[in-house]
Amino acid sequence: MDMKVDKKKLNLKDKYKLLTRDLGWEPSYHSKDEIYPYVKYEGLKVHDWDKWEDPFRLTMDAYWKYQAEKERKFYAIIDAHTQNNGHLNITDARYLTALKIFLQAISPGEYAAHRGFARVGREFAGVGTQVACQMQAIDEIRHAQTQIHAMSNYNRYYNGFHAFADARDRIWYTSVARSFFDDAMSAGPFEFMIAIGFSFEYVLTNLLFVPFMSGAAYNGDMATVTFGFSAQSDEARHMTLGLECIKFMLEQDPDNLPIVQEWIDKWFWRGFRVLGLVSTMMDYMLPKRVMSWREAWEIYGVENGGALFRDLARYGIRPPKGWDDAEKAIDHMSHQLMLGLYQWSFGTAFHSWIPSDEDMDWLSAKYPATFDKYYRPRWNHIKKLAAAGTPYKNFGLAKLCQCCQLPIVFTEPDDPTMLCNRETTYKGEKYHFCSDGCQDVFEREPEKYIQAWLPMPALFQEQQGDIGAWMAWVSLGDGVDNGDYAGSADQRNFQQWRGLATSNQ
Amino acid sequence: MSTVFIALQANEETRPIIDAIELDNPKAVVHRQPAMVKIDAPDELVIRKQTIEEQLGRAFDLQELQINLITLSGNVDEDDETLTLRWNS
Repeated sequence: MDMKVDKKKLNLKDKYKLLTRDLGWEPSYHSKDEIYPYVKYEGLKVHDWDKWEDPFRLTMDAYWKYQAEKERKFYAIIDAHTQNNGHLNITDARYLTALKIFLQAISPGEYAAHRGFARVGREFAGVGTQVACQMQAIDEIRHAQTQIHAMSNYNRYYNGFHAFADARDRIWYTSVARSFFDDAMSAGPFEFMIAIGFSFEYVLTNLLFVPFMSGAAYNGDMATVTFGFSAQSDEARHMTLGLECIKFMLEQDPDNLPIVQEWIDKWFWRGFRVLGLVSTMMDYMLPKRVMSWREAWEIYGVENGGALFRDLARYGIRPPKGWDDAEKAIDHMSHQLMLGLYQWSFGTAFHSWIPSDEDMDWLSAKYPATFDKYYRPRWNHIKKLAAAGTPYKNFGLAKLCQCCQLPIVFTEPDDPTMLCNRETTYKGEKYHFCSDGCQDVFEREPEKYIQAWLPMPALFQEQQGDIGAWMAWVSLGDGVDNGDYAGSADQRNFQQWRGLATSNQ
Repeated sequence: MSTVFIALQANEETRPIIDAIELDNPKAVVHRQPAMVKIDAPDELVIRKQTIEEQLGRAFDLQELQINLITLSGNVDEDDETLTLRWNS
């Protein structure tokens, strides 16, 4: 009698071995040094590439299967969003300011990460690493595409979404994220992995994609929740890859420790500064908020980051140099940057606003030590000016930090009444920084950072200081895409359409 | 002590998975947030294929977790039967 026997399946470890290690080969025409010219360029010592393996042991066949499943779920939600007038189901059109920042500053970063991983996947000499980087390169381009696609549904109805690529290249707050990725992409392959695998994935995405996306759900934006969570499920793999890379570098040779530590110091601080934008999104831009920036930081920064550094301590790694300054900044950064975004609102491709009394009460409850003392009085003063018909507008140009490119709006770590401004003179030129962390990054590699493209000098070089010409160059409609939310076309249209949606008029 | 965690989308597919994680990890704390569930555990969290299959009533490949996973922390150790998150400190 014929017995039906299940075909023997390979176990995960054997399958991973066959579908990664067996894809590699020994070169015979050229030496490995010629094929992988960058692996020694940063001074890292690697003795055995086979020691690096993906803990998820994901192989390409499984990868396509699960990614296809995620895409089906994603497009089902996008279809539903379009079909049921999802653009009217959000809590308030102010919410879209956060999405505009996301589209202008973060989505292009996903594309940059794709380019970076396509490159380092080629530059790393180990086949396990090459396969993992290939998957991550595909993930990142998928993230950029799904984000742009999901948000294009808002572009049909609201201003400020139409020229995100111009905004990415030419506006001051987007150059913060852009300079982060340009810095990473112009580094060697191992530093790139610390920049993206550790700083971007571990520090940034947990703080952006998790609490912000959860907040998007309560603000009625399921399209964003879906692209966010769909992307973040890849990020979980990416974080694992980043952590694996750190462990691999440290386990390969004790000489790697000081190099890795310097990169962790640098990229923690760079990542933390990019989070300045995220802090305003969390505290000010979600009309319905689920947690404050401070609370998100407690969970994903202090608790999770702290656990990571305790784990890495066995290799001799200590918490990043800027860790204490970061903790001191948490109760201030969202307020200080939001005040900046409000006063320079002519130079943004989104709306800003004075928080309502109710919003200020919420902020005061979440920031009992700082909000009422330092920030409520300022907002109240600004409110008074607006009521008198003389709104507070700063038409001067912000001084930017040469490293993170944020305007110099943050205060001294131990004195919230004193603006923090550092200077370095290099080859006869003076450079400004927002913090010790940014000054340290510059002084470690001045030749790199003196080449930074900064929006304010570029305005004079490329547009002779003509703000109107600059706005045209950025594809920014004055008073349409920028300025106060109160009285904007976005506010008007949202209210009018919402009225139509809830009545039969 | 350090906390490891896993966060999953809150939906019908993850309900039995979350039940299974709770059964296998008595010290785990489940936080329900908008659209997501975050499960914290001291130092270690073990996710077992067999328990998920019992809760789900069908065969389950642990790599299917990828579909509804949002984020995690800790060192990952995965084989056919279990996925373990652990800090070594």
